[in-house]
Amino acid sequence: MQDLINIFVKSIFIDNMIFAYFLGMCSYLAVSKTVKTATGLGIAVIFVLIITVPVNWLLENYILKKGALEWLLGGKALDIDLSFLSFIMYIAVIASMVQLVEMIVEKYAPALYSQLGIFLPLIAVNCAILGAALFMQEREYETIGEATVFALGSGVGWFLAIVGIAAIREKMKYSDVPAPLRGIGITFITTGIMAIAFMSFMGIKL
Amino acid sequence: MGKNMKLVTNPLNLNNPILVQILGICSALAVTVKLEPAIVMAVSVTLVVAFANVIISLLRNTIPSRIRIIVQLVVIAALVIVVDQILKAYSYTVSKQLSVFVGLIITNCILMGRLEAFALGNKPWQSFLDGVGNGGGYSLILIIVAFVRELLGSGTLTLPSVGEIQIIPQSFYDAGYQNNGLVILPPAALIIVGVIIWVQRSYTRELIDEKE
Repeated sequence: MQDLINIFVKSIFIDNMIFAYFLGMCSYLAVSKTVKTATGLGIAVIFVLIITVPVNWLLENYILKKGALEWLLGGKALDIDLSFLSFIMYIAVIASMVQLVEMIVEKYAPALYSQLGIFLPLIAVNCAILGAALFMQEREYETIGEATVFALGSGVGWFLAIVGIAAIREKMKYSDVPAPLRGIGITFITTGIMAIAFMSFMGIKL
Repeated sequence: MGKNMKLVTNPLNLNNPILVQILGICSALAVTVKLEPAIVMAVSVTLVVAFANVIISLLRNTIPSRIRIIVQLVVIAALVIVVDQILKAYSYTVSKQLSVFVGLIITNCILMGRLEAFALGNKPWQSFLDGVGNGGGYSLILIIVAFVRELLGSGTLTLPSVGEIQIIPQSFYDAGYQNNGLVILPPAALIIVGVIIWVQRSYTRELIDEKE
């Protein structure tokens, strides 16, 4: 249990997707003009992450990893290593899951669907989603529970980051920014300063 | 010819994928601590974007528009797997340094962006040039950022196949000069890109955003 809490806190603050790894920057910069849209996208990202990471974990541990096919083929599978296929498998899972999630949400929660709007399909190419899958592979989480908690934490971290920058950008409309820096330039620098603030969590050992 | 030339030169400055189109930031910032991985990354992305553009452009009349995203992703993923395997075979240390970021070329927005915006509506040769141009614009920024970060952060420059070169002389260190540790850390990359945008827009004033 303590392990899970550790992974959760670590993935929100210390290994924050945006401030530590710059993942999902494109949509982070493009969709952070107002807090309302930023919240919508943030929720959508959390949602997709906690579905795709466990599915990819199953894929990794029961099909792709070296010797993972043992449950199917027995002893002779120990030499089979399909991990070079992982990029293409992960992205296929993500693209199809996003499509599936979109259809399910449309059918059962039309209110949420109209709120998320175009953000759902865009998530398929959000690097944070594929990034989380690849980090899950690299860090070799042992149980599906750990993988899910890691996904939730990463999603929450991403959500906090995008809502934070959106709030700052809303306020920044009233400040006098030098003309060449206006818009995207100052957003980069603000994100940099926010990232420095987030780095104060770095020394924390859990 | 002039028009084709523009396809290559435009993305270097006026339509730079990182500074103006704001595409492909994710990987750009994470691999720029040292010059060598940045150069390798720049070359990989340029190759992948050029060839993905050609392939999609050849297929553009046969892809049904409803499933085009999946088709694009499969083409990109296949090319990235090739690049990843080559890197693992020929420069294993760099491939380790780049870790997940080679895989993340797949979701690099430059690729999807150029495929959607250009390759789906243009002939293969033009698409190839567009890919080379955008890859070049991306490489340019990547290399500038990596140059600044490595020089200020470690006092060295690392080039592929040459190795690490000490730029700041030892006498500076003896006189009390210290490497700037902050530049190595991720936030500095964001601030450097912000400053590059500032410099670029001061020179090309048509890129300045209107006051909202």
